[in-house]
Amino acid sequence: MSKPRFKTSYDADIDRFQGSWHRAQYLILILLALLAPWLLGSYYVGELSSVLVWSMAGMGVMLLVGHTGQVSLGHAAFMAIGAFVHLALMLRGWHFVPALMVATLASGVSGALLARPILRLSGIYLAIATLALGILVEDLAIVAEPVTGGVRGLVAPPIELFGMTIDRHGTPVAFYYLCLALVVLVTLAYANLLRSPTGRAFIAVRDSEISARALGVNVIRTKTLAFALSCAITGLAGALYAHLVQAVNFESFLVIISIALLLQVIVGGLGSIHGAFFGAVVIVVLPQGIAIGRDVLADVGIRVAAFPGLDMAVFALIIIVLMVLEPRGLYGVWLRVRTWFELFPLYRKGLFRRARSYLKTERLK
Amino acid sequence: MSLLEVADVSLSFGGIRAIDGVSFSVEPGEVFTIVGPNGAGKSSLFNLVSRFYQPADGSMHFDGHDLLACQPHEVIGLGIARTFQNIELFDHATVLDNLLIGRHSRRRTRWFEDVLFLPRVRREERAHRRQVEEVIDFLELAAYRDRMIQGLPYGVRKVVEIAQALVSQPRLLLLDEPAAGLSVEETENMAWWIEDMQKDLGLTIVMVEHDMGLVSQVSDRVLAIAEGRPLAEGTPAEIQAHPEVVRAWLGGVDKA
Repeated sequence: MSKPRFKTSYDADIDRFQGSWHRAQYLILILLALLAPWLLGSYYVGELSSVLVWSMAGMGVMLLVGHTGQVSLGHAAFMAIGAFVHLALMLRGWHFVPALMVATLASGVSGALLARPILRLSGIYLAIATLALGILVEDLAIVAEPVTGGVRGLVAPPIELFGMTIDRHGTPVAFYYLCLALVVLVTLAYANLLRSPTGRAFIAVRDSEISARALGVNVIRTKTLAFALSCAITGLAGALYAHLVQAVNFESFLVIISIALLLQVIVGGLGSIHGAFFGAVVIVVLPQGIAIGRDVLADVGIRVAAFPGLDMAVFALIIIVLMVLEPRGLYGVWLRVRTWFELFPLYRKGLFRRARSYLKTERLK
Repeated sequence: MSLLEVADVSLSFGGIRAIDGVSFSVEPGEVFTIVGPNGAGKSSLFNLVSRFYQPADGSMHFDGHDLLACQPHEVIGLGIARTFQNIELFDHATVLDNLLIGRHSRRRTRWFEDVLFLPRVRREERAHRRQVEEVIDFLELAAYRDRMIQGLPYGVRKVVEIAQALVSQPRLLLLDEPAAGLSVEETENMAWWIEDMQKDLGLTIVMVEHDMGLVSQVSDRVLAIAEGRPLAEGTPAEIQAHPEVVRAWLGGVDKA
């Protein structure tokens, strides 16, 4: 029922959707997303906007970490660049759209410029270099006062778009739709990338640089492009984030945000666009869930509010447990559940067990 | 004119002379095999030609192009494709995806066209797929098209790796131990593939191989090297009878 039984043209594999049922699933999802403001209260619309913004940032990180295999512990820096450039331009009277475009471009270009020296490193050294970058931006945000407003930071002005004034609190539904539109656009572009030669080159670099090079992939150029695109998407998310939280300053983009972003894509499932969204839901919902759980416990007389840092500890514990049980993250869980339904009643327990792998060529360097 | 000309190349790792003044030339359409004991520098020669290693001196030319002026990723664009001794496929992708990435050197679209998935990208994708399907037919891989590499038998992976090299439509194919780890039957199949590639596709093949049965069956000429230096060059029969070669392989029987 779910897949066309026979493929009759190569287009069936090239197309974005594998068959009409696959397309219909995503149309239903979009429809639900469009109807969400009527189905949910205004508080949840705000939460959904938050999920969308983090999904966007997650897609930026996923492109780099999940699909090109380059670790970054400093992506909040590019959210900061996007947010500050965007707000600084808007506060100087720029219209929302060009400001957003320039902010995205600025993040992408700074990513490309930083990529050259940084991507000479790999593994743990790359992680440390990007971590340093993340820490550096906290200070830069204070020093670069003309752009960032120094210690006080910047306040997001309302968005004027299509004759409407969009404000996260005044018109939460309009803001939600704005986020939704941008996220859908970026997701489509991302999906296009993955089904084209550029995306295949990213994945080739992730899985084996030697092999990629032998097949004609310019590894340095590919990594630089991935870094630039990743930073551009993350910068765009940063600009939206600025409108979501209304005001940003040097404390908005601490290193902990970078780490949370990395956790988000790992928990969601590395190497899938879905993973960025699943991870965003976890990032947004879990802290709320923990807070609600604490209130419930308080009601029955167990006071856990007295332990500082408990939220983070529970968060970390859940992530560790998830990683041990399903290394491919929530996307892996989703795959298993979906396969269970598709194959019912034929699902076997060992279906997703990893096959043994053979020895790789010794590294040539 | 020779297709590939390697003249007097040397390669050192620190103080060790891995390759010391090796020269050979490969004529269009022939199967040229490099044999030698373990550690003789056969794979190092391959890594020199595919530009993973930088020679200390010597020169390499392919069809008039100076290989030393090439980056490693540019070599396949000239028409030299290679396989690896231990198989370097993308384990978590299907056979089809592995072959499509093999088309990378033939891509003509830029990244922003890819992001927008312009009609031209689709046309290119169809062309890539057609070429991939031709190779799938040629090497009889249709049964494995949608299978993950990580679940495939070793012998099939060897063939997939050759297919990955073939989809780039090379003129010269470098095969690094194509029969290593294969059963007798799979080795026979491999000999047929190599003969088919030479005769039907008109490919020139340079091969490193230990299995002397396979070497004699498919090679036009053989170069024997030991300890980084050339020992002898000739037909398979000549090489197998060559006293220097016999001594290098079986250990020297000193007559003194």
